[in-house]
Amino acid sequence: MSYRARVEQSLAAGWRFGGLHASGSTVRTVLVSSDGKARVESVEGRVPSIVDLVPAAAWDEREAADLGGIAFDGHVPLRPLVDHDLDLARWTVPVHGHDAYQVAVGPIHAGVIESGHFRFHVVGDRILHLDARLFYKHRGLERAAEGRTADEGLAYVQRACAACAVSNTAAYAHAWESALGLHPTAELARVRTILLELERVWSHLNDIAAICAGVGLAAGNNRFAALTERARRLNATLTGHRFLFGTVAVAGSALAIEGDAIVAARAELERIEAESRSAWRELLFNGSFQDRLPDVGVVTREDALALGAVGPAARASGVAEDVRATADRLAYDGFQAVAPRRVAGDVQARLEQRAVELLQSFDVLGRLLTGPLEPCAAEPGGAEAPLGVGRVESPRGATLCVVERAGHRLERVRLRTGAYANWPVVAHAAAGNLLPDFPLINKSFELCYACADR
Amino acid sequence: MLALLRDLRRLRRDLDLQAPRRRSLAVRHVDAGSCNGCEHELTLATSPYYDLERYGFGFVASPRHADVLLVTGAVTTRMREPLLAAYAAMPEPRLVAAFGDCALGCGVLGQADQLAGPLEELVPVDLRIPGCPPAPDAIAAALGGALRQHRTDG
Repeated sequence: MSYRARVEQSLAAGWRFGGLHASGSTVRTVLVSSDGKARVESVEGRVPSIVDLVPAAAWDEREAADLGGIAFDGHVPLRPLVDHDLDLARWTVPVHGHDAYQVAVGPIHAGVIESGHFRFHVVGDRILHLDARLFYKHRGLERAAEGRTADEGLAYVQRACAACAVSNTAAYAHAWESALGLHPTAELARVRTILLELERVWSHLNDIAAICAGVGLAAGNNRFAALTERARRLNATLTGHRFLFGTVAVAGSALAIEGDAIVAARAELERIEAESRSAWRELLFNGSFQDRLPDVGVVTREDALALGAVGPAARASGVAEDVRATADRLAYDGFQAVAPRRVAGDVQARLEQRAVELLQSFDVLGRLLTGPLEPCAAEPGGAEAPLGVGRVESPRGATLCVVERAGHRLERVRLRTGAYANWPVVAHAAAGNLLPDFPLINKSFELCYACADR
Repeated sequence: MLALLRDLRRLRRDLDLQAPRRRSLAVRHVDAGSCNGCEHELTLATSPYYDLERYGFGFVASPRHADVLLVTGAVTTRMREPLLAAYAAMPEPRLVAAFGDCALGCGVLGQADQLAGPLEELVPVDLRIPGCPPAPDAIAAALGGALRQHRTDG
């Protein structure tokens, strides 16, 4: 059976697209099941495109074409993604019509924001189409990591993005451990779950602040920014780093946190939770704030599925998937994806989803912060393989890491983060909306540019 | 809304922030290929715990309005031109701050052919703010130094 037919059959059987990358002249497509399993379909030589079967594979194929020189048969037009073609007609979608014109924004934005370029096709204030050109921050981290040891490679996936440092390194550690035939002990799973949720807490607080900023509600922005600061200080107190850098290792954990510090952390988290609940109530009863949120940047469930949306953004559109629910390498026992109260797929739904999931994170941390953290190691559990797949739920959604190894060295590493998955969704959500609402729509996803660009 | 403002007022009182200094510096931030850590810390430097603006630092939208070009990240090949354009657009006297270890050229990760840095070889660097990323209190201290320097020059 051909590669394309195998992918098609898997999709029909309920598997979902996880990611696609080029490894030399081989193209590998990762498929994931709803119970957390992953499998890889590989193909060499002439590679047929699967973008008509899986629109979510569009960026992956364009990246593999630019960086790996793969020509995907049937992907027409195969627009450059990582390569920055000077010819506008080569990388933008043609938009014609009476009064249609383009607004170019970036790569440098007005504010403390990462670099990226947006080309809006508009009539008046109405956005007809958005071409997002990222990869201004492409540092070639994946290539630079090739040939490194498992431990050395951690720095590369960690520096892909500070906001997702734990998620990226945990997915990388899972991928290595799966390839090495290792499985985390209960204690190692607990340590990593705590780190992942600490990352989610500051990130969600930051994202709520960002949406307030997007609306121009300075008081809400400042209140949640202050809580974000508290969460980051807690990270520094516990681990020595405000973004939890250096806390995840492959095949074990060196992190040691004494019982007293854990007790103090629990107390601080309880205070942050109480204060964030009270600040959230204020946002709920602020009419002029709430008026800006509904029906803006709508993503339907069908579109979210087709485009491969992940994380809180996908769940706000009614796609009740969360990697945490099936994470057998982590300590999310009994975890269930929260069903959104209002499956509208708009800015309001994405904001509310974050607020609900923030409380869920406090619950998980409350359950796991029960005693000191001690150094621990993974144990044998499974067969060794030349390739390993790791998947975790980052604050922005499912993050996939594929490790291909030669012994204990990296032959290839691919990091497909939640932000990478959701960038095409942002562009889709913008269409039909007003240009001045774009910052708000963008902030309701609050994606990193760094971990998409790598 | 009133409760939010009350909370912020209480926070401000508890922090006992110093009295504002005279004069100001307008800062234009350019991300030349960071990991997003520097941006997250810069954002919090203007939050209630530090409130950088009380010292007279404001982030401005245009390099035309800026005294300081604050650069984060290892300079990527794709950000080289936008960075130089922003620098060229600034009025004199202008300062360049290398913000964070990547901009300072320390331990930069990446593929050599994707990087155009170090920053120092592209534009003259006046101010160095180390850290991975620099914490907000370090940012306040370093920019305070820039303010003194600017005052002497002006």
